Amino acid sequence: MSETQATTVNETNYLNASSTLRSWLLTVDHKRIGILYLVTLTGFLLIGGIAAGLIRLELINASGRFFSHETYNKIFTAHGVVMIFFFLLPSIPAVFGNFLIPIMIGARDLAFPRLNLASWYIFVIGGVFGLSALVLGGVDTGWTFYTPYSSTYANSHVILTALGIFVAGFSSILTGINFIVTIHKMRAPGMTWFRLPLFVWAHYATSIVIVLGTPVIAITILLVACERLFHLGIFDPALGGDPVLFQHLFWFYSHPAVYIMVLPGMGVMSELIAAFSRKRIFGYTVVAMSSMAIAIIGFFVWGHHMFVSSQSIYAGLVFSFLSFLVAIPSAVKVFNWTATLYKGSISFKTPMVYALGFIGLFTVGGLTGLFLATAAVDVHVHDTYFVVAHFHYVMIGGAMMEFLGALHFWWPKMIGKMYPERVSRAGSILLFIAFNLTFFPQFILGYMGMPRRYHVYPPEFQLLHRMSSLGAGLLFISFAVVFGSLLWSLVKGKKAPANPWPAKGLEWETSSPPPTFNFDRIPEVTEEAYAYETLFGDEPGPTS
Amino acid sequence: MSEAHSNNLAHHFETMEQQKQASSLGMWLFLVQEVMFFGGLFLGYVVYRSMYHDAFIAGSHLLNVKLGAFNTVVLIGSSLTIAFSVRAGQLGRNRQILGWLAATLVLGAVFLGVKGVEYAHKYHEHLMPGPHFHYDAAQHSAGAHVDTEAVDPHKVELFVSFYFAMTGLHATHMIIGIGLIVWLMVKAARRRFSSDYYAPVEVFGLYWHFVDIVWIFLFPLLYLIGRH
Repeated sequence: MSETQATTVNETNYLNASSTLRSWLLTVDHKRIGILYLVTLTGFLLIGGIAAGLIRLELINASGRFFSHETYNKIFTAHGVVMIFFFLLPSIPAVFGNFLIPIMIGARDLAFPRLNLASWYIFVIGGVFGLSALVLGGVDTGWTFYTPYSSTYANSHVILTALGIFVAGFSSILTGINFIVTIHKMRAPGMTWFRLPLFVWAHYATSIVIVLGTPVIAITILLVACERLFHLGIFDPALGGDPVLFQHLFWFYSHPAVYIMVLPGMGVMSELIAAFSRKRIFGYTVVAMSSMAIAIIGFFVWGHHMFVSSQSIYAGLVFSFLSFLVAIPSAVKVFNWTATLYKGSISFKTPMVYALGFIGLFTVGGLTGLFLATAAVDVHVHDTYFVVAHFHYVMIGGAMMEFLGALHFWWPKMIGKMYPERVSRAGSILLFIAFNLTFFPQFILGYMGMPRRYHVYPPEFQLLHRMSSLGAGLLFISFAVVFGSLLWSLVKGKKAPANPWPAKGLEWETSSPPPTFNFDRIPEVTEEAYAYETLFGDEPGPTS
Repeated sequence: MSEAHSNNLAHHFETMEQQKQASSLGMWLFLVQEVMFFGGLFLGYVVYRSMYHDAFIAGSHLLNVKLGAFNTVVLIGSSLTIAFSVRAGQLGRNRQILGWLAATLVLGAVFLGVKGVEYAHKYHEHLMPGPHFHYDAAQHSAGAHVDTEAVDPHKVELFVSFYFAMTGLHATHMIIGIGLIVWLMVKAARRRFSSDYYAPVEVFGLYWHFVDIVWIFLFPLLYLIGRH
């Protein structure tokens, strides 16, 4: 399949096939729906980012100068709820999974195109609930909604936010089902399971977590709303209900949710590392299976969030052990990516900078996760900035970096334009520096005892907090550079060829942007994924 | 690969068989997430039942077993009628599909009606959770083999909370199901189904059976166990 379709299928593609607003809002084309998600999610990223900026602004001074306690609580809750439920959870699957999975497996669309459009609408409705809660005065429970505060005492818009999360979760579930069915039933002839790109394997694993986990948070958050609305007392201590049951149910979903956020990023990693090393990925099968292992083991570690929540120490011991176990497949992936780099023909294009950044940041985030999984250490750093730094290294250093890596890597395919390489690369390097300046001081702050969710703190922490806030300012600038150069390329970017890098994969064999039905003829797959030697001859060579 | 019914084959599928398998797998996956969705409530029930055994037994005496048993029969009957409509689908007989769907709809409506009567009783007896909840052991739980006088009314309220949450969620699924039946009936009345294309009926059948099975678990858990 190496004869690239330069046979000018020109002009009509999925973007210019029709241009009315109606043709976008009623589209069932998975590629257009991916673009709809991209626009929506960028909006939520901006809102969550503004909330983050307000947090860092407040923390410049030890005395908490700008906001009242209540307002500060609402700001960090808004940041958490928007970023987790309305940006990170859908991010890579909804945008790139939607756009790429059908093309990568040689299909014309997802199995249920109308359901896919419905998922976007459901997500938007959830988002409207969430945002209207924000506009009406916000929520102050933290993104974790711990009972009985959220169910009995909080006077803010808990019900509306809970409904927003419930509805958005439903959208995730439908997308997950759509992906699983598509990967099972829609593969092109010759596209066997072990010829699937690892991006698809990662999304398969993610979809399983979504389908098994999301309904649990849905019922949990629904019960919190029912407790406030109808006095159902399931978590109400006054009736003998147990608030810790809420924590169990919440983390049964919300820990696997971390893997919903990071597994798709790991899938992107495999594509980027192989493309910019011009080599087959090292240990394809092991990398694919490690995604499945993470998905499965990830369901048995939730108790590590509850070492200090009256959980029995024996349960804590087991959860601690299982949490160590889940680190193994994650480490397997990191080792395989670095092994792929070995003797590769590496080029430092922008997506590769994000990929290499991911290796460093995710390793720091993952290893500090092990500190936190160690029950005794966790007791010391529980609910401190150490935890905050840890999950931002995983979430931003991992998921966000790969979101941006994917955005640059597939931008020519999705939009048909090349982004400006030098400016975008400068943006990605600045982002890496700014990120570390923002979050590394938080490890130290946390270890010294700075608790999370406080805006008034002892003056000796001020220097580190100011470093962090300075980093946040730089982060804003680097995001402006990154998104600014992408927007610039929409207008002024050079026209992208079908395969600009060049890279392997069916998506690079269609035109840029692809035609509405992806392929003129359903392709027949005759080789494994990442067969870069067929693209470059024997140039990089097998590692002999 | 049936050329005669190509208008029922969506553009992105190659064969009718592929399309049918996709719908069916999609519904099974949806039911998996439904199991997890109800699972949270079942877990809570199990935890609290083991913690507050006597209160939960006193609580189950508040429920009307006769109405519950009647509803169980009605719902199992509706599973039979929906199975017949799937069979009619396999044979491509639109009129029969329509008839069996209508029977299912009636049975579903009867179930919800009886449920409504039960809820109304609870309301009149001040047994809805909340500030007006009032539990009187002598009046409400006569005949229970546990010492109902010693039972904490708050824990009974917890049981009632589960009763409403679980049956309410189940009833919501039935209402959605009835909406879907109406949609399928319109399709059947327009003779849209054939022996090659009846996947919507079959897939809906899976959903309806699932809702039925949930009740098969709810009825003993809420009404029966602990009663002698």
